[in-house]
Amino acid sequence: MLEVSGIAKRFGATVALDRVSLAAERGRVLALIGENGAGKSTLLKVLSGAHQSDSGTMSLDGQPFLPHSPMDARRRGVAIVYQELTLAPDLSVEDNLLLGQPGTGMGMLFRSRQRERIGEALRQVGLPHLDPKARTGDQSIATQQLIEIARALATDARLILFDEPTSSLPAADVDRLFQLIDDLRRKGLAIIYISHFLEEVRRIADDYAVLRDGHSVGSGQLEQISDEQIISLMVGRDVTDLFPTVSHTIGDPRLQVRKLSGSPIPSDVSFELRRGEIFGLAGLVGAGRTELLRCLFGLRPARDGTVLLEGRPLPNSVGRRKQWGLGLLSEDRKTEGLAQNLSIIENLAMGNHGRYSRLGWLNLAARSRDCQRWMRRVEVKAENGQQCVDELSGGNQQKVAFARLLAQDAEVYLLDEPTKGIDVGTKSEIYRMMGELAAAGKTLVFVSSYLPELLAVCDTIGVMARGRLTEVRPAAEWNEEDLMTAAVATPAASEETEFA
Amino acid sequence: MNLKRRLGSISLALLNHGPALALIAIVLLFTIADNAFGSGSFFSGRNARVIINSAALVAVPALGMTLIIIAGGIDLSAGTALTLSGTALAIAFRDYTIDAQAAGAGTWIALALLGGLGVGVLCGLLNGIIISVTEMVPFIVTLGTMTIFLGLGQVIADESTVYPQTEHLPDWLRYLCYTGSNEERYWIPFLPIPSSGLIAILLGGLVAALLRLTVFGRNIVAVGSSPSTARLCGIRVGATTVWVYALAGIFVAVGALLYFANVKNGNPSDGTGKELEIIAAVVLGGGSLSGGRGSVSGTLVGALIIKTISSGCTMLSIPNTYTHIIIGVIIIVAVLIDGLRNGTPAWLFNRLGRRAD
Repeated sequence: MLEVSGIAKRFGATVALDRVSLAAERGRVLALIGENGAGKSTLLKVLSGAHQSDSGTMSLDGQPFLPHSPMDARRRGVAIVYQELTLAPDLSVEDNLLLGQPGTGMGMLFRSRQRERIGEALRQVGLPHLDPKARTGDQSIATQQLIEIARALATDARLILFDEPTSSLPAADVDRLFQLIDDLRRKGLAIIYISHFLEEVRRIADDYAVLRDGHSVGSGQLEQISDEQIISLMVGRDVTDLFPTVSHTIGDPRLQVRKLSGSPIPSDVSFELRRGEIFGLAGLVGAGRTELLRCLFGLRPARDGTVLLEGRPLPNSVGRRKQWGLGLLSEDRKTEGLAQNLSIIENLAMGNHGRYSRLGWLNLAARSRDCQRWMRRVEVKAENGQQCVDELSGGNQQKVAFARLLAQDAEVYLLDEPTKGIDVGTKSEIYRMMGELAAAGKTLVFVSSYLPELLAVCDTIGVMARGRLTEVRPAAEWNEEDLMTAAVATPAASEETEFA
Repeated sequence: MNLKRRLGSISLALLNHGPALALIAIVLLFTIADNAFGSGSFFSGRNARVIINSAALVAVPALGMTLIIIAGGIDLSAGTALTLSGTALAIAFRDYTIDAQAAGAGTWIALALLGGLGVGVLCGLLNGIIISVTEMVPFIVTLGTMTIFLGLGQVIADESTVYPQTEHLPDWLRYLCYTGSNEERYWIPFLPIPSSGLIAILLGGLVAALLRLTVFGRNIVAVGSSPSTARLCGIRVGATTVWVYALAGIFVAVGALLYFANVKNGNPSDGTGKELEIIAAVVLGGGSLSGGRGSVSGTLVGALIIKTISSGCTMLSIPNTYTHIIIGVIIIVAVLIDGLRNGTPAWLFNRLGRRAD
């Protein structure tokens, strides 16, 4: 029904998609599988008309299909159910279903004509009793997801794309969703289902297509391939990067985390870290790794559990935890990690001003001297310390953010995706600095979605899935396949997980 | 190419002193126009004193507003808080019946001043606490308190203007805003600058030092530039916000004292609309309503620009209505030009460059 062949899309110098091909058939579910950053979202955007491909062809029922806008794609019968809900919470269910619908003339709505259609769509998704006048935001997440699907059905969609639809659903509602997808398949719709979770894919899909680094690397019928083969298709990249390691020895226990829970994630996480240890955290986006770090640092409230540093429970505020030696490198460099409109020195000194002051008055010369020292230490490439941070490259920005932790003289480094979006050279510099810190007896937590760097840099690696820390082993006892298997596994206890 | 670069660097240098250059240009313009069409009294010592005094009345509360705007906030209640505080002062001096020269008056005067100042600080503190506890948008919170302060003022003044007896006021207070020709009435002998202007400059220096040289000042800039980064760095964003608004309350209270010394009465309804003049002074001086940016000297010059234009228009017998239009246009143009410094003057210079090629 849908044929995609040789699609390419680049953003500036970044190649997001390169010669991607796949086919979706009527009455079948195609699972689109790939790691974070493999190009799934970009492909989805091309299919939905949000982006236009640079080259390649697409056809729908034999007709050329080149949607120039999401509206255009919808008119041709292609609808998307997004990962994040895209319903307007303040509008009624009916109004949400009407958004972007055909059947409006000269900007006027003809509700009576469309009510039948809406009622039919709600019946199909199993919500026949839902009041179309009810406020959408008052419905549960699962119901909202069904409303999204009803919106797709109301447009007479023939091909529906699901973008990781279960990531925001509790387990019981996942069954309901799968039942619905199965019904749609039987009605003869074509479905493309994007997910990380291989169990889900096995349950619902007929065919698979794997993307890696923007390429199609394999496709076929799911019956004819094992999980192990799919995983090796997903991760099978050459490890040619340099991972400089600094030898370091692991010392006494320092940080003990016991049954730490947030609302709703992380959930019941316990582990122990020692001096000179680099602890890696693997897992999918949304598995709760960022939330765990933020709970530890005090930026996210913990619902339950204790965290002991050197045997003493941590204080509450971020400021106090910083004084105790905790430091967090944010995964969001642009809006949280650095104040983009301030200078390098201002960013380095932010929150550390107490070090250069007496009775609240700053010693500007001391501040400047110290910041210049840290800039040299991490080799920031900039004209001078007065340069505005947003003029620096991503890698240099990350060095500034990293240097702030050094200036803070942190003992426990919580690093959230420290190498995301930076060049290979800077990456290896960051690995080297991490090794040097461990050699100096510091404790590091290293969250990353890039498995080779975790395996090369860490002493111990834990895997998180659906808010839980499922497995911790020494790095030597892991390999990429095992990590991926553990990350996509649904933890046995996940039914008990409360999704508030 | 060379020409383009030179144009770029020259214009950047100009933009960095934008407000001051604009002030000079405006003074020149009005001087010429006044000499041609008016009475010729615009460019005179006396008129300069009048302008400085009226600018100081705006500039002092605007210093507090500068702090708030740098911290990423806004205070719409500054105008009515100012007249509430001024009305409280006026009531204190009305109900007090000993002459200022009599023995024991000093204590009472000090109490009255403290009371007036306290009202201003409380207003600011209230704003700060509501904003940081409820995490509501400052615009909405201070829109609410603006009306509350207006109403409170009308309640304590019995909905009328409060007139204290002039002989109850100490001399220094009576002549705080003096702009006349008796040189003995000025603080610096033989240098007739209104005391209100000196106070504005003094406080401006303090605020500039606070912003540049103290941990608290740098935290204000951090909170205004990126609250999430500030939080990440362990800065207590909520507490910083409360302190900023409370501090701004002090400047509002000092502004109220100057205003009271100028008009010598207390009318709680006078304050409506003043907040916009105060905000305009900050914005003309380079303050950014998205936070993180603002300058003390800019704010002082901004207040001077506004008052110079009103004064010039009066001298040229331009009706008040047109003065409003002129000031409005200047605010928009100033922010537009200022955007060039902050953002990309590229679009402009690309055009110039293409033509030069």
